[in-house]
Amino acid sequence: MKIRRVGAAGLLIECADADRVEDWRAELWRRRETGELRAVEIVPGARTVLLDGVAPGTAELLPEWEPGHGEIRAEGPLVQIPTIFDGDDLESVAGLWDVTADEAVRRLVETPLSVAFSGFAPGFAYLRGLPDAWAVPRLAAPRPRVPAGAVALAGGYAGIYPTASPGGWRLVGRTDQNLFDVRREQPALLTPGTRVHLVAA
Amino acid sequence: MITVLRAGPLTTVQDLGRPGWAHLGVPRSGALDEQALRLANRFVGNPDDTAGLETTLLGCTLRFAEATVVAVTGAVARVDVDGRPVERPHGHQLFEVPAGGVLDVGQAARGVRSYIAVAGGIAVEPVLGSRSTDTLSGLGPERLTDGTVLPIGVPGGAPPLVGEPSRIAGELVLGIRLGPRDDWFDTSGLFASSYDISPLSNRIGARLAGPALTRAHAGELPSEGVVLGSVQVPADGQPIIFLADHPTTGGYPVVGVVGNVTPLAQARPGTTVRFRELD
Repeated sequence: MKIRRVGAAGLLIECADADRVEDWRAELWRRRETGELRAVEIVPGARTVLLDGVAPGTAELLPEWEPGHGEIRAEGPLVQIPTIFDGDDLESVAGLWDVTADEAVRRLVETPLSVAFSGFAPGFAYLRGLPDAWAVPRLAAPRPRVPAGAVALAGGYAGIYPTASPGGWRLVGRTDQNLFDVRREQPALLTPGTRVHLVAA
Repeated sequence: MITVLRAGPLTTVQDLGRPGWAHLGVPRSGALDEQALRLANRFVGNPDDTAGLETTLLGCTLRFAEATVVAVTGAVARVDVDGRPVERPHGHQLFEVPAGGVLDVGQAARGVRSYIAVAGGIAVEPVLGSRSTDTLSGLGPERLTDGTVLPIGVPGGAPPLVGEPSRIAGELVLGIRLGPRDDWFDTSGLFASSYDISPLSNRIGARLAGPALTRAHAGELPSEGVVLGSVQVPADGQPIIFLADHPTTGGYPVVGVVGNVTPLAQARPGTTVRFRELD
């Protein structure tokens, strides 16, 4: 673990891998709940956890808070996403994987996913769990409009577009789940640490 | 109630934003010149976090249904009520608009953004605890258009306070703390160079144009969280300083973080920017 300074009141914890990011994120959220940690934002990334708006002296506390491996991780809530696998890029993904479209869908529904971090748009979750060998490149030219609910792949991640937007991810399917609703107490359906299963609808 | 007669190029409702949701990809948003909004609110007796209006360069024109106490801060701009210029006892405008009166905030002579606070605040529905329009994600109220009607809240009646007007500089020297990714760059160039504010700047970021910052090592950065004031350097080497509507994560390295972004809210395109190291 390495801690980097981010401005006057921010810290960036560098982690060895995405598992450790989730360990740290869960640990720091827990410590904020108990009042040991003061932080306005706790933001996981692909290999980092960002703290912003922390009290002076927080950097010195972090080494003592180093979490165990996977202790909290297994407890994340499970969300099932009913998905219709008819995306425009399903065939191209299957081609990149050198399998049939049916086999590609089988892989997607049988792989346990979890939210690594959010970004790009409110409620857009980067879902990890697909093996590195299944990583697919983004489209050479992004689509000007991807509809809300589109289930897509890029790099080693899966993601679901919460709102219609331009996008360069490869579309494999769609869901009618509402990914982000500001009227809900928890506006995002998929929050960091949430476990996700895509289910054929 | 306020009816918008002339919305101007970009007039939005802004308060102090919605920090605390970055882990869901929700930008902080909020007034770009936070000090100017706080000051305007204090003038009219509002709490600091009350929603007001933020205009861009050309101001806006509003009709008030009821007599309303109003303050205008931020950019240096002519302010008229019913066609007559407003007195400026403290270098800012605090005045009452009569029932049916028309307020015109004119083109900024200096600075960019004017802040209009009304006693009681702009009472649109809050979204995730804030009434701010987020131009990146689209959360919050729509930007104002001609004909938009805005409700006004109940004035709290706190006594008006006077504060220091914000200074608008012709050249900016921004204090920056290096990191988290300063080791990706030859940072001597950052302090040796001067940059111009690019006309492509907006509420998401102030884009700088100048000598490209040299990378010390190549490679791609996995996406990581970024904060207000982050100086992100994309592949072309031209820095972007993240402002209120910045994305919550980014894939380009951040060389340093500007300590106070408020002066950038009033920096016009072409303004010269230099950096000095903090700490």
